[in-house]
Amino acid sequence: MKKSKIEQIIHQDIILKQALSDPRVTRRDFLAFTGAMGMTATMGGALWSNRALAATPKRGGHMVSGLNDANTGDSLDCGLFNATYMICISRAFRDSLVNVGQDNSMEPALAESWEASPDAKVWRFNIRQGVEFHNGKSLTTDDVVASINKHRGEDSTSYAKGVFSGISDVRVDGNTVVVELADGNADAPALFTDYHFNIMPSKDGVAESLSSAGTGPYLLKEYNPGVKTVLERNPNTWHPDGGALADSHEVLAILDDTARQSALISGSVDVINRPALKGIARLKNVKGVNIVDVASNLAFTHPMRMDVTPFDNMDFRTALKLSTPRQEFIDKVLFGYGAIGNDQPLGPGFGSYDADLNVEYDLDKAKHHLKKSGHEGVTIDLSASNTSYGGAMDAAQLFQQHWAKIGVNTNIIQEPQDGYWNNVWNVKPFCTCYWGARPVEDMILSIAYLSSSPWNDTVIKNDRVDELVVAARGELDAAKRKAMYQEVQHIISKEGGTIIPAFGTDVAATRDTVGVGDQIGGGWEMDGGHYLKRWWKA
Amino acid sequence: MSSNDISPLEAQVNRPQRTRLQNALREILKAPITAKFGMLVILTYGFVAIFAPFLTPYSETEIVGPEFDVWGDEFILGTDGLGRDMLTRLLFGARNTVGIAFITTVLAFVIGGIMGLLAAIYTGWFDQIASRVVDVLMAIPQLIFALMLLTIFGTSIPILIIVIATLDATRIFRVTRAVSLNVVVLDYFEAARLRGERIFWLCIREILPNITAPLLAEFGLRFCFVFLMIAALSFLGLGIQPPTADWGSMVRENAVLITYGDITPILPAIAIAILTLGVNFLVDWFLHKSSGLKDGH
Amino acid sequence: MNRILLMILQRFGLGLLTLFVVSIIIFVGVEFLPGDIAEALLGQGASPENVAALRHELGLDRPAHIRYIDWWAGVLQGDLGTSLANRRDIAELITFRLSNTLFLALTAAAISVPLAILFGILAALYRNSAYDRSVNVITLGAVSAPEFLTAYVLILYFSVKLGWFPSLSNIDQDTSFIDKLHQVALPAITLMGVILAYMMRMVRASIINLLASAYIEMAHLKGMPKFRVIVKHALPNAWAPIANIIAISLAYLVVGVVVVEVVFIYPGLGQLMVDSVSNRDIPVVQACSMIFAGTYILLNLTADIVSICTNPRLLHPK
Repeated sequence: MKKSKIEQIIHQDIILKQALSDPRVTRRDFLAFTGAMGMTATMGGALWSNRALAATPKRGGHMVSGLNDANTGDSLDCGLFNATYMICISRAFRDSLVNVGQDNSMEPALAESWEASPDAKVWRFNIRQGVEFHNGKSLTTDDVVASINKHRGEDSTSYAKGVFSGISDVRVDGNTVVVELADGNADAPALFTDYHFNIMPSKDGVAESLSSAGTGPYLLKEYNPGVKTVLERNPNTWHPDGGALADSHEVLAILDDTARQSALISGSVDVINRPALKGIARLKNVKGVNIVDVASNLAFTHPMRMDVTPFDNMDFRTALKLSTPRQEFIDKVLFGYGAIGNDQPLGPGFGSYDADLNVEYDLDKAKHHLKKSGHEGVTIDLSASNTSYGGAMDAAQLFQQHWAKIGVNTNIIQEPQDGYWNNVWNVKPFCTCYWGARPVEDMILSIAYLSSSPWNDTVIKNDRVDELVVAARGELDAAKRKAMYQEVQHIISKEGGTIIPAFGTDVAATRDTVGVGDQIGGGWEMDGGHYLKRWWKA
Repeated sequence: MSSNDISPLEAQVNRPQRTRLQNALREILKAPITAKFGMLVILTYGFVAIFAPFLTPYSETEIVGPEFDVWGDEFILGTDGLGRDMLTRLLFGARNTVGIAFITTVLAFVIGGIMGLLAAIYTGWFDQIASRVVDVLMAIPQLIFALMLLTIFGTSIPILIIVIATLDATRIFRVTRAVSLNVVVLDYFEAARLRGERIFWLCIREILPNITAPLLAEFGLRFCFVFLMIAALSFLGLGIQPPTADWGSMVRENAVLITYGDITPILPAIAIAILTLGVNFLVDWFLHKSSGLKDGH
Repeated sequence: MNRILLMILQRFGLGLLTLFVVSIIIFVGVEFLPGDIAEALLGQGASPENVAALRHELGLDRPAHIRYIDWWAGVLQGDLGTSLANRRDIAELITFRLSNTLFLALTAAAISVPLAILFGILAALYRNSAYDRSVNVITLGAVSAPEFLTAYVLILYFSVKLGWFPSLSNIDQDTSFIDKLHQVALPAITLMGVILAYMMRMVRASIINLLASAYIEMAHLKGMPKFRVIVKHALPNAWAPIANIIAISLAYLVVGVVVVEVVFIYPGLGQLMVDSVSNRDIPVVQACSMIFAGTYILLNLTADIVSICTNPRLLHPK
């Protein structure tokens, strides 16, 4: 029995490695593949062993981190998560059904395996058995259903309601949770990697969102919102090898950039997220400090509402796009930590990203288009706030100076930080904005670029885009699908109403005492929010 | 005003053809070195504030070079994170920061001072109402109240001035009222009142000269606190908004560089410190003169 | 003596009235802020149904005056309610932070008040001397630097370079007293820098103001030593303004230290209140403002009592 299992593992491992080494195999194939095989976490561990060997992680020790993006109003309710601090904490004491691995593939978590119907409409998740919550309660399929339903239905207060809106039914079948979708979606497991989705204990079919009992590798020992959290290893975890490296964690909320940086330099903390980019050139030279950066699909967007003059004119939009200083934006606003963008929202982290699609900085062409648009010498309002992204005010001033060169006057309106997302974004004709990274193309396109979407912040109504997005969602042929997404990229870049000068980079800084491995997951900063489990104290 | 109170005495001793201006000049020449320093600082800042655009080839918000350029010939104090000339922003900062702080402080003194005086004279219902209103306003944490008001009304500069001046006026009201009360209970004031003097006259001739000293001391510090209040507000994201160059925000913007021992981000703070010193030295001198105390007493 | 007792009672009553008015102002103020907690919590991309559902769950769909009355009903029964943002018990949330805030304020005050009075008297005594000027320059220099700058510089030298004090105040319920003192050293020094100059200068000004009085002149003429003149004759009459100054400074230490809390990661009330304002978490804002207002009223009352007790003219008005 034992032998056969090992053999089985080796066998699967070989097939998987072959599959992975084949450049034609996309993540999508891999997904369907592993899902169909019923791949377990043990095997997953074997699969990623190369990386582990290279970096020799160490078990044990106490790690202190300083994270910003925390608030005294933070709660354990995962439906309301929107910031890094809570995302990292929840990833440590709770589990999801599926995780995004450090190589950005789908890894099984509380779902041991999954399989899809041929039309990708019905998904069966086999739930891991023998798992206990920290309060001693056993994990049941009812808990999983309740945790999914938290984000569904009329009176759901979850921020992720939109993400789960494609689910038409969730039901239990033995040890399996069956999820039915309204339309086929080959990326369905990706939904369950969303950081809002935590598995929580349930009572009478309702998930206990505020419970500190999770199934994760750490116990939530102390939780003081906006101040600090203490995590200790869960001795009774289902995770193989404990599922985490450090024995305990202290996670401090340090909102002030300078304080966070000083804490790292003075050695009070081992890890910080988002070191101030202004000082990063010097932080790099501090002895004992390392910078950890990962390309992200986070997009710095500047949506123009395409139903408002002069933004309804494609030549005018083109003129602005051509006179936007992309490299200078990266140098001065992102201090080098970013990748040049091309006015469409799919970043370089996506398989379908078309690297050949570029928007040149060409003032002569821009002037030509401006002349054609008939809006020469026009004055436009740009609503900006650093709430939309750090440095947005600086960016607005940078754009203002460059657009002035072709004869467009920009009036920068500093909008109040409070209520920016309600009163400015998606309301004012032209504003600064960002869109966080999503694990799959469809999630971003469906939310913001379909004519019917309420978050269509550029009011783009393009039949071809609508058609392609819906078709790609159900398309199982990877090559065809990639071609579709590339066509969407070209259309949005050329005709769309958003200026995306750059995609972001997630930056963290660690002391020498911390090991991070040679591959770091994306999807969210801090190793996709999983760093507490994956990074170690050397 | 305070020097006028003493000058008639001196004028009698001195030759009668000497004008007020000459008197003032003489006073200034006789002033101690600290007061001269104070005057020099205030004059310099005033000059810079008025003529800022002529002192530098760049404009306040113009991006002229690469980010964080070092000190050199072209950009004497280097550039900031966006590539704007630091010296230019420092000079324009004098105009914005000092101007706003000065207007705010004066406004606060006008409101708070008048209310405080009136409350001390009319000890009846007016004092009760004014004091209760001020009690309520002061009981609300100033920074938080400012935060709320600025969020509701927006963060434009006139609103910033009005909000901070109103909140600061409550402090000045209390000080004015407290020191005036000490005067009001004195016999000569009683006498003036019984003579049937008008309120205006009572304030100007009887109370004001006797409370100038603590009020002036308050002014020097209040002026400084207004800077700090604006800086604290910009620390919390609501103060003078970019791209306007303001010393408090400039310190804040580049504060991360302080950890590396960089001096440039501290320059605006030093500018504030020197001005505060200057203003307070001058205040001290007035204080000394108006107290009627001569050295050697 | 009964008059004073009566006055204290009267002031106390007025204090309660002030608290009541403050609670209305704060409540109305938060209501007037753009957006509400549902929008603040859900942020970008919240759908209208989402916001409506959260509003309903938090009971925000009830009219404002009903919610206000409900809040008072709770308070009168000793229940401050729960935070709307994280649904924790407010009393619990606040106790820990209030004790931290008071600890920091008292530490800073315990050092700076006696120093300010002493320095102020000495400066008045030796006015325009080298001592007067140098104390003046140093304290003014300290007060004119924005708090966060002082804090950063202190951190740079005493934490990053010398390693004497921690840059973070990592305080727990079970941190020992000595350890706490060590942790609050830098924040307390930062705060001292702010209030010391103010208090010292006001003490100096109040005393110098009195030195021109006839009775001081008289004391001088009697041949009394300078220091005795100040302590025996000037100081007793200066208590009223000094008490006021101390009250204002203490109130500042309790209420106005948000920036210091942010920089030193000190878990005090200020940060909680700022966050709660931006979250529109009305019950928490209300609870914090009641505490702040209460502190302020008590301090003021004390200052008034001191003023009246030390000024016979105010004690026995004609």
